[in-house]
Amino acid sequence: MVLELHDICKDYTRGKLTVPVLRDINLTVEEGEYIAIMGPSGSGKTTLMNLIGCLDVPTSGRRILKGEDLDGISDNRMADIRNRQIGFVFQTADLLPGMTALENVALPLTYRGVKKKERLARAKEMLERVGLADRMDHKPNQLSGGQCQRVAIARAMVGNPSLLLADEPTGALDTQSGRQVMELFRNLNEEGVTIIMITHAPEVASCAQKTYLIRDGRIQTGGAV
Amino acid sequence: MFENIGLSIQGIWNHKLRSLLTMLGIIIGIASIIAIVSTIKGTNEQIKEQLIGAGNNVVTVQLCQGSEPYEMQYSSIPGGVPVISEETRAKLANIDGAVDATLYTQRSWTNGLIYHQNSGFSGALRGIDSHYFSVNGYDIYLGRDFSQQDYDGFRKVAILDQSAASGIFPGENPLGQVIEIKKEPFTVIGVVARSSTYEPNISNYEEYVTYLGNDSGAVYIPGVDWPMVCQYDEPQTVDIQAATTDEMTAVGKSAADIINEGLSVGDDSNLTYSSSDVLERAQSLQQLANATNQQLVWIASISLLVGGIGVMNIMLVTVTERTREIGLKKAIGARKGRILWQFLTEAAVLTSLGGIIGVLAGIGMAQVVSRLSGSPTAISVPAILLAVLFSMIIGIVFGLMPAVKAANLNPIEALRRE
Ligand SMILES: Nc1ncnc2c1ncn2[C@@H]1O[C@H](COP(=O)(O)OP(=O)(O)OP(=O)(O)O)[C@@H](O)[C@H]1O
Ligand SMILES: [Mg+2]
Repeated sequence: MVLELHDICKDYTRGKLTVPVLRDINLTVEEGEYIAIMGPSGSGKTTLMNLIGCLDVPTSGRRILKGEDLDGISDNRMADIRNRQIGFVFQTADLLPGMTALENVALPLTYRGVKKKERLARAKEMLERVGLADRMDHKPNQLSGGQCQRVAIARAMVGNPSLLLADEPTGALDTQSGRQVMELFRNLNEEGVTIIMITHAPEVASCAQKTYLIRDGRIQTGGAV
Repeated sequence: MFENIGLSIQGIWNHKLRSLLTMLGIIIGIASIIAIVSTIKGTNEQIKEQLIGAGNNVVTVQLCQGSEPYEMQYSSIPGGVPVISEETRAKLANIDGAVDATLYTQRSWTNGLIYHQNSGFSGALRGIDSHYFSVNGYDIYLGRDFSQQDYDGFRKVAILDQSAASGIFPGENPLGQVIEIKKEPFTVIGVVARSSTYEPNISNYEEYVTYLGNDSGAVYIPGVDWPMVCQYDEPQTVDIQAATTDEMTAVGKSAADIINEGLSVGDDSNLTYSSSDVLERAQSLQQLANATNQQLVWIASISLLVGGIGVMNIMLVTVTERTREIGLKKAIGARKGRILWQFLTEAAVLTSLGGIIGVLAGIGMAQVVSRLSGSPTAISVPAILLAVLFSMIIGIVFGLMPAVKAANLNPIEALRRE
């Protein structure tokens, strides 16, 4: 078991008003699973993803990642978990514009004190794996949107995370490059990577082994579709 | 750490204009401080060198009444003040820490005494012995030195220093020319110049001011000729060269003691030979110069404060602009401390760079001021290091608030921001 969520609730307080965003979420993710999360805009998908990715803490409920209870852990521990256990891919690639593709991919490794030479070697390996060996020294503005997203996937994968989280990774791409990126995710999953992906497109979700539908902050009855 | 510094420099380079404008306050502040400090140090060194005679370490021992040098008032030398003999001079030269000693008689202002073709010369006149030039750091520049025959034969010969030579004989060769000293004709046989490593030995503030004003120079004649030209015998003065600057005070005191042994004046006359403690005088002059200039340093520090606030302002803007970058770095596992360090390093590198530019500009400013006003400057290495260190500290102090703000950014909100 990579991840267990038990009765997760998340409220946002806006002034005096408390808005419940997530309600009683229960979810388990097994090693090597590929899970898609769908749902209308504003239903709480990104909020859930942030909770899984240790970017945020729930109002109540328990999260267990790789056997570690995430309840009440420190800020620094959360940062370390994000660094070692989680790989994030966002809707927009969010590469640092001043760095080359290679340096961007190597960045997470600096946060765990890997030596520069090894960092770059591992980043290079990752870039080869996503098919961008010939674009290593390009800056993000010299890459297409699809290539940027592949660099971002390489960055998420460079530290061998337990979980690869993707929030609408193809949302900002045209169909052609979107398809390439989805292909990449499927390949990674076939190599054993555990993936949780938020998406709006049903054909994207069809790649996944399980699809959950979130509506109004709850996982729709029936669980996996 | 070094990587952070490298990245910071790259960031500064990528925003050249903005970085320069940010650093401007620091640059101006540091530049003015360095300029002021260089001028202070230059003035101090000038005072010190001129008062204590850089290189030659000469102490003057002269007859004093109370604490002031004894003044001849058209009277003969007071009774009981003996002639200082050659033996005593040799004894003085053998004091621990002394290199050599010279005996001479002088009139520092000779209005109406020395003429050349009806134009008067008003400078100093000194009757010297054969040790004078070496003790006081003069080299023969033209012609020759006084010879033993000059002394033995009471020859009427004179040596001029450069100021006197150019004052009395503008554009002419002074060698072989005749000047009249108290109506006696003296032939000029040489011109002396200060050795290049040497600055004049000035023993009091008045002389220092006179020196800085216009130095009309000095005429030297053999000491034995003194009675021919001066109605009254002036008391003799001794210049002793000490081996090191630090020994000057001690050497001067022992010399005065030795000479005073031969003195048989009444206690109420208040007459003694004493050495002018030039080190002490130099220090009090330096303190005077420091006190005025330190106020300038405080004023310049205000511009550093303003510069620091400018840095804080720009850093806050930078943090806002780079919200997404910060959010992303946190999302992929950067700890708070790392973000904090990144921004602190950036601020410190920025202000240190400003400090370095300011130091260079300050040295330039000091040179310009020195050219325009003639005040000397000297570069102070500790002051430079301190200035750069201080600007770095400004960066850290004023960068702290923006850096804390960056470190505390909520990554979720930072990432949501477009
Ligand atoms: N920081 C916040 N403060 C208050 N409300 C918030 C905050 N973040 C999210 N919400 C609210 O929570 C709800 C869920 O937001 P979330 O971003 O999780 O939706 P989503 O399912 O990802 O939508 P989309 O598909 O548009 O990305 C929304 O109604 C949103 O307004
Ligand atoms: Mg969302």
